[in-house]
Amino acid sequence: MHSNRYTLLYAAGISVITAVILAIASEGLRPAQEANIALDKKSNILRSVRMSSTDRKTIESTYSEKVRDMVVNSSGEELPDVDAGKVNLKNEIVKAPAERLLPLYIYSGESGKIYYIIPVRGVGLWGPIWGYISLENDFNTVYGAFFDHKGETPGLGAEIAESAFQKQFEGKKIMSEEGQFVCVRVVKKTDKFALGDAHRVDGVSGGTITSNGTDAMLKNCIEPYLAYFEKLKSNAGQTDR
Amino acid sequence: MSVETTPAPDIRKKEALFSKKNIRTLRDPLDDNNPITVQVLGICSALAVTVQVKPAIIMALGVIFVTAFSNLIIALIRDSIPSRIRMIVQLIVVALLVTIVDQLLKAYMFDVSKKLSVFVGLIITNCIVMGRLEAFAMSQKPWPAFLDGIGNGLGYGIILVVVAVFREIFGSGALLGYKIVPQWAYDMGYVNNGLMVLPPAALFLIGVYIWWQRSRNKKLVNVS
Repeated sequence: MHSNRYTLLYAAGISVITAVILAIASEGLRPAQEANIALDKKSNILRSVRMSSTDRKTIESTYSEKVRDMVVNSSGEELPDVDAGKVNLKNEIVKAPAERLLPLYIYSGESGKIYYIIPVRGVGLWGPIWGYISLENDFNTVYGAFFDHKGETPGLGAEIAESAFQKQFEGKKIMSEEGQFVCVRVVKKTDKFALGDAHRVDGVSGGTITSNGTDAMLKNCIEPYLAYFEKLKSNAGQTDR
Repeated sequence: MSVETTPAPDIRKKEALFSKKNIRTLRDPLDDNNPITVQVLGICSALAVTVQVKPAIIMALGVIFVTAFSNLIIALIRDSIPSRIRMIVQLIVVALLVTIVDQLLKAYMFDVSKKLSVFVGLIITNCIVMGRLEAFAMSQKPWPAFLDGIGNGLGYGIILVVVAVFREIFGSGALLGYKIVPQWAYDMGYVNNGLMVLPPAALFLIGVYIWWQRSRNKKLVNVS
């Protein structure tokens, strides 16, 4: 039997040694990890405009050539002083819409067509869910969507990260015929839904809470951008004349 | 002029590095004493990370690394560990190695680390690791303990990969991401088996594996 003194010193010693090793490992690997996270974000943004690639160079070059970012607010003003990369969506989505900083990514596709990519974030069942949804330049038609999650149930809620779920969004409309914002709703197949198929996608069977979370996330995150889109629309109308 | 000195052969060497006994330490966990199918340890992660082969392989490598080196480290310091806090010391060593694996994956294999997500962290609670530390490394020399760790990691990995191969082929019609089931089969009406991508499928496959293993390996017939 070892003495108490030895036991305590041993415990303290082994803690210090492991702490030092871990600190070195964490600091040494941090640049590579942060680069991965940044790359992952770029790749996710591109996937929302149907550009899927796993090649690091392709992602970097496509992103830097074709995507630019900006920040707007819910009154439709551009905020040139704010860096979109510094905006933490997690803090923004819980604020009142009027106080939010709204990052917006603008993708210039082939033949000069412009797509507007809105980052979205919300809550699923077990943790956060997030994604990017891209609109065509009529500010109404959804071009593509990408979603991911922290830890939704595999096979159930986690299906929102699968392309089968995301493909449903393509071509849906966020505005009703009357010009009201209705968003794209995630609803059960069997639920009564008055707005018609252009505004709905099927929720995930067995993933109701995640589906409802996705539904709420889209509405919460897209609505504040409408003012800016209105402004762009009226500007475009003026230049046409 | 320098004189080349060759190290004198160690006459007192009691045991060759790959003696019969050591080979058995390495080989037993692969079949006769497999951690999953015979010791029934580490089932939970075997259900979770076997949907596709690639994450299964990475997970297996991670577990081999952790079992081997935690066994080695614990065997090296086994005499100095105060017996009252030995579990905590084992846990610290395991947690250290697992955190390093997790950090390395995040830095160099980000897509895989996203797929494995929490399960890398859960290697810490994988019963195989602690089980081998308590049962073997605490009372053995470093080299056999290291081999025992590799053997048990491999035994775990074999089951993982076998299960993952079946689940990926029947669940997604692919192997390591490459399509195996041809398009014409789908056109003729073949559908991927949805159950195969869900965790229960792994339970059935492990059950079938145990059945096959016991019908083949007579040593296991009267274990219970």
